[in-house]
Amino acid sequence: MSTALDSTILTLVTFMPLAGGLLLILVPRRDRDIRIFSLVVTLLTFVLSLHLPVHLNRSQAGFQFEVNKQWISSPNIHYHMGVDGISVWLVVLTTFLTPLCVLISWKSIQERVKEFFILLLVLETALTGVFTSLDLFLFYFFWEATLIPMALLIGMYGHGRRAYAAIKFFLYTMIASVFMLAAILWLYAKVGSFDFITIQNAIRNGQVQSFGAAAPWLFLGFFIAFAVKVPLFPLHTWLPDAHVEAPTAGSVLLAGVLLKMGTYGLLRFNLSLFPEQSQRNAWWIAILALIGIIYGALVAMVQPNMKKLIAYSSISHLGFVVLGIFSFNPAALDGATFVMLAHGVSTGALFMLAGIIYERRHTYEISEFGGLATPMPIYAAFFLFIVLSSLGLPLLNGFVGEFLVLTGAFQARAVYGILGATGVIWSACYLLWMYQRVFFGKVTHEVNNTLPDLDRREKAALWPTAVVALLMGVAPLIWLSMIDPAVQASLAPFAQLVSRAVGQ
Amino acid sequence: MNPAAGAQVIPHVEDYLRFLPEIVLSIFGIVVMLLDPLLDEERSQKTLGALALIGTLLALVSVHVMARHPGLAFWNMISVDSFSVFFHFLIITIAALVILTSYEYMTVQRLRAGEYYGLILLGVVGMALMSSAVELVLIFIALEISSISTYILTGFRLREASSSEASLKYFLLGSFATAFFLYGVALMFGATGSTNIMQISRVLQSSVPTLSYVAVALMFVGLGFKIASAPFHIWTPDVYEGAPAPIVGLMSTAPKAAVFAVLLRIFFQANAPGRFWLIWVSAALSMTLGNLAALVQTNIKRLLAYSSIAHAGYLLMAFAAAPDIGTSAAMFYTAAYAAMNVGAFAVISHFASFGERYVTLEDYAGLGRRSPLLAATLTIFLLSLIGIPITGGFFAKFYVFSAALKANLVGLTIIAVINSAIAAYYYLRVIVVMYMREPRDDAPLAPLPAALGVALAVCLAATIYLGVLPGGVLNYTQRSAEQLVQIPVSHSARDLPPEIKLRQGRR
Repeated sequence: MSTALDSTILTLVTFMPLAGGLLLILVPRRDRDIRIFSLVVTLLTFVLSLHLPVHLNRSQAGFQFEVNKQWISSPNIHYHMGVDGISVWLVVLTTFLTPLCVLISWKSIQERVKEFFILLLVLETALTGVFTSLDLFLFYFFWEATLIPMALLIGMYGHGRRAYAAIKFFLYTMIASVFMLAAILWLYAKVGSFDFITIQNAIRNGQVQSFGAAAPWLFLGFFIAFAVKVPLFPLHTWLPDAHVEAPTAGSVLLAGVLLKMGTYGLLRFNLSLFPEQSQRNAWWIAILALIGIIYGALVAMVQPNMKKLIAYSSISHLGFVVLGIFSFNPAALDGATFVMLAHGVSTGALFMLAGIIYERRHTYEISEFGGLATPMPIYAAFFLFIVLSSLGLPLLNGFVGEFLVLTGAFQARAVYGILGATGVIWSACYLLWMYQRVFFGKVTHEVNNTLPDLDRREKAALWPTAVVALLMGVAPLIWLSMIDPAVQASLAPFAQLVSRAVGQ
Repeated sequence: MNPAAGAQVIPHVEDYLRFLPEIVLSIFGIVVMLLDPLLDEERSQKTLGALALIGTLLALVSVHVMARHPGLAFWNMISVDSFSVFFHFLIITIAALVILTSYEYMTVQRLRAGEYYGLILLGVVGMALMSSAVELVLIFIALEISSISTYILTGFRLREASSSEASLKYFLLGSFATAFFLYGVALMFGATGSTNIMQISRVLQSSVPTLSYVAVALMFVGLGFKIASAPFHIWTPDVYEGAPAPIVGLMSTAPKAAVFAVLLRIFFQANAPGRFWLIWVSAALSMTLGNLAALVQTNIKRLLAYSSIAHAGYLLMAFAAAPDIGTSAAMFYTAAYAAMNVGAFAVISHFASFGERYVTLEDYAGLGRRSPLLAATLTIFLLSLIGIPITGGFFAKFYVFSAALKANLVGLTIIAVINSAIAAYYYLRVIVVMYMREPRDDAPLAPLPAALGVALAVCLAATIYLGVLPGGVLNYTQRSAEQLVQIPVSHSARDLPPEIKLRQGRR
């Protein structure tokens, strides 16, 4: 049975939400039915997606569960999908967070419910597609397809300046990805294929004409598109706006998955296709990443708005990922991948927690709260747990990734490791300080005394993140054992570069 | 060339079959005109609309018949190849969709329908003929048939001064432009001694007289006016604003497709000289001027008018590329553009209500709430106009840009890419207004009439189909492009009957 499923599983996982979304158009406008339907679809997708890590062959480094069919004959575009140890977990992260998004939006979305869940499901398909595509064109297709549902989610269901935030988000990412399209088209013109593996082999074997002259530009073309998405300092300005205005589910997927599209792209495309350029440009990218880590943390510290604080903390955390990716050693890359996943779980949960309090008070201002631990003890406990996991307490998920990244960064260049390590301290500062102001002390606002604690639905949305955060902290090998072979494979060209340099 | 054609005085039966769609459309057009005075006002609207629709559907069937008889007809004046079949199919489908859209529109606007449908059908005869004519004089006649009927249709909103103004403006400037075209034809005749495109191509292959450069430039002025490419675009916003919305859907797609077909024949089949800079400049200007002007529009019809200028610019890029890929990219673009633009104007014409009152951006505020289905449909058309994946507009742009890149038109491609980014802004503005603003008027919209629903569904299906499975259409356009370009190139095939040439092309 498993063999029959192996060739179709990626298609199923990718398109099941879309199919659900299309079916939802036909479902009559009874909000409850729509919510339950979406939950069932996303849960089914999640269960199906678990097939991937369970049956992934760890001893094999390349792509698995491949499907490769011709989609369009000219230009030569293939429906080519496959996952390795890195992307498999990003797929699972997507399918894991989406049902939680459905749960967390259960009550907060009261208007245009049907449209909301259709957009959410379409977004899930597009996101999964980004991580599974092995054809550059298909990748670009899904990449752009994520834009519309996300922008609409922000623009239709967001808060005050939602239209501004939605347009800013859309234009930033769209304009940046045009550069990537140009680079993809150039590669196609020379190689005659959009296939990732074909192009990679052609480049490695030196079969691409005038590649040497074009490579810096191609590298930049891909890099800009990904750097905006990550977002890397100084291209990050869209992120706080988008996060603050987005509805909770939008923020969860934005921080949890969309940002990882950028780091995944850097890892998969920039590193694998242009190893030499990556190494040549690593110094300034690492500096930008370090600025991102420290600057993001410092700005987060002074934010009066809880959601903005979490948004800036994402910039800081994603800086670790970029630093890890451009350190070019297994420990750093393992760590970078692990941080992607850990950040997805922790920050996703943080945004859900922020959303929960917003539903009760309709504000994210930290100064509006204080002493919440008294009226909402369970909420406070969950919040503390997630805060600790996010700031990298040992035995929780944040620690493993950041530790590995810093180890790797030290190996690459000690000063990177030292500066990066300060980021861990900063994140403890801003998160704990925020926690203290919101939860400890006396209740400062009268209304806060009567706030209800978490209900069952909210607990159902939060428990999975807490369990996974713990599991990732105590048993990281479940993840790392699959990530590592894939990382080694993508580092292979760097080993060659080094040996060539040594040989000379 | 058909060896017997010269001697024959009476056309062959096959000739009529190759001309069948035009015959069917003409007959229905005349019947509609004749029936109009016999019916009372109320009945005329329904009956004549249905009749016109049947006419276009029968014409679509006859395109099939025509496609089975490829070759030259009527003394080498008409060429039926897969290129002309493609444009016949496209233009007549557009006409059918516009008739479906008009069905409700005419009732709502309380306009008398008779000549309206007749003029659409007769105009389509001209447009269809343009795509198959290979004789410059015949092209001129077809161009006039199509233009005159659009002049009148533009002024059909009798109660509105703006409509009459638009019609007059269009007529005066349009006649002027056709005169340029005619002058170009005359000079081309002087330069090459022929007005037949294939003949011209043969002459131009051996030597290129200086006069032919002037001729091509003049013809381009005339045709550039019809496709609203800069700097001949000034009329567009006023005319689009004044004309009835469904007619704008027609005239922004069908005559344009026809003129693009003519341009493709003149530039690629006849191998016209000096096209490169002519097109380069016009394409760059159209994109840039169109998009910049569209940024500040508040009337949605004017906005789409400027957007259509910009799209003419993108499309022209394909003409500067290599003949084969350029032609197929341009053909694909016309089809994708037709699907999304006819659809967009169908939504606009439904929403405009009596007297086209609701055509400003402000009126679209909260449409997402008042009519989710209509708003979602318009959103998809607008996303396609931006060029977002899973819509036809994406592949259309993709093919044109990659054709331009293959021809090393890096500068023009950069201009186009920057332009598409600018364009995203104003299309998005419409979407933002629809979804992210509160409605001014909470009254629910009139329910979607069945005819319009069908038209929208077809446009939507076509837009998505071209965006998800562009392969079928693209293969077809590539084949026809090869045929079109091959005829002058293959010397050995020159004197074979066209049927054999076509078969060779297909291999």
